[in-house]
Amino acid sequence: MMTKQNLIDYTLHLADNALIIGHRNSEWCGHGPILEQDIAISNIALDYIGQARNFYQYAAQLQGNAATEDSLAYLRDVVDFKNCLLVELPNGDWGQTILRQFFFSTYQYFFFQQLQNSLDEQLAAIAEKALKEVTYHVRWSSEWAIRLGDGTEESKQRMLLAVDELWSYTGEMFQEAGYERLAVSEGYGIDLTSIKNSWDAKIKSVFEEATLSLPTVAWMQSGGKEGQHSEHLGFVLGEMQFLQRANPGAEW
Amino acid sequence: MERNFEEVFQDKIDKEIKIEPKDWMPEKYRQTLIRQISQHAHSEIVGMLPEGNWITRAPNLRRKAILLAKVQDEAGHGLYLYSAAETLGISRDEMYNQLHSGKAKYSSIFNYPTLTWADMGAIGWLVDGAAIMNQVPLCRSSFGPYARAMVRVCKEESFHQRQGFEILLTLSNGTEAQHRMAQDALNRWWWPSVMMFGPKDDESPNTIQSMRWKIKRFTNDELRQKFIDICTEQVKILGLTIPDKDLKWNEVTGHYDFGTIDWDEFWQVVQGNGPCNKERLETRKKAWEEGAWVREAATAYAEKRKNRAATKAA
Repeated sequence: MMTKQNLIDYTLHLADNALIIGHRNSEWCGHGPILEQDIAISNIALDYIGQARNFYQYAAQLQGNAATEDSLAYLRDVVDFKNCLLVELPNGDWGQTILRQFFFSTYQYFFFQQLQNSLDEQLAAIAEKALKEVTYHVRWSSEWAIRLGDGTEESKQRMLLAVDELWSYTGEMFQEAGYERLAVSEGYGIDLTSIKNSWDAKIKSVFEEATLSLPTVAWMQSGGKEGQHSEHLGFVLGEMQFLQRANPGAEW
Repeated sequence: MERNFEEVFQDKIDKEIKIEPKDWMPEKYRQTLIRQISQHAHSEIVGMLPEGNWITRAPNLRRKAILLAKVQDEAGHGLYLYSAAETLGISRDEMYNQLHSGKAKYSSIFNYPTLTWADMGAIGWLVDGAAIMNQVPLCRSSFGPYARAMVRVCKEESFHQRQGFEILLTLSNGTEAQHRMAQDALNRWWWPSVMMFGPKDDESPNTIQSMRWKIKRFTNDELRQKFIDICTEQVKILGLTIPDKDLKWNEVTGHYDFGTIDWDEFWQVVQGNGPCNKERLETRKKAWEEGAWVREAATAYAEKRKNRAATKAA
């Protein structure tokens, strides 16, 4: 029984990450700096909604009790959400959105690579499917990070600001939450320390090409994965969930 | 000489041979097409905004994914259309400038607000429905690149229309509040959709020449009547009421008669006085201005790379 609840929590964490960053990226739809890139970021948002649905559907199936992908996405409150703080931060400018995408996609890339071998077949299958998309997200976001870092003086300054803004939220991705520790010991979760080095190396190489220096700040924010969120998430959920909450039980 | 070119050109058109970008064409034909295609492209891009509003508020994950895909399709349509217009010798930036300065127009329908989720249904069913009615004949436009772009656009639009109809059907059969939401959306979107076909034929000065050039295949009034006939049947399945008390079947004409269109409202919105004209244009300008540093950086970086490659080669 403990095991099942843990698998649900672990799956929800993955679903919430995807849903919230998908939500943030979808805010760009119609407002992008270049039409082709408007399409690209909307497409990435769409990939995330797809990933979120796969994870929520699995969590709902595990949970039973008439849970659905929508009850999990729309009827849980801030304290129940298990996404990292990084994904709930406001978009900022294009540079900040790109940098967040690069940090997070790189994490997801190494994470899903491992998760493909999870003992849980369902998680492994979702990871395999998602990895194809994430591979593209890494390529797209790293190319943009380089372009903006090594573009104009203004774009470089903006990227440095974005690094400042986001860096302290990157540590949480590698800090194990309780359900992650248990998931590792139960054989279906990923040991986050095993992917940290790969993440560091990729970030370093792209930063070098982007002529950006890595920050030395050591303090890292955390809490999102355990339900301790920033103030931003409440507004995201308020907007996202209002129709479901205002019309209990309605079909859409 | 000029006359000769013009005869060859019209002869091709009469024989249904497509005009391609490098072919000779009358300047007026080129200008008419640039106006029409860019206006169409702008409509796709501005049209992303009223629906884009609801992506973050979509009522479930399935609807969210569909809406996001749909709005993204519209960006794609904008892209094909800007590319088609570019073959006529105008750049995308120039077209944007015309949009931002107010010189180029876009479909007035997007100057109406989206107030509830049911508006996503009404836009899909009515606005995309009217667009399809206008656009299917454009797949046979005499200008090749436009005709080909429209084939792709129309395929996607028909999916858009179906999803809109399905939203309204679900709402109409849902709770009382949902049904009311659906009827309210129909009440607000009906007349603006009927106006989407443009002014009456006798007030549409460009129609005759455009039909001779096969840029246009049916008149505004013909298409409008067809739209009304189809919707009046479809609304029965929806269990909703079209807000026109004069709507009734006419045995003699074989069409539905309909009430008087408020052309004053139509021209007011065209002239910039619709409920959202200002907002839509400001939003587009803001996206463009705030994206300037991104575009400059991309250009500068591409330049640097080119120079580095050249240095390496030397």
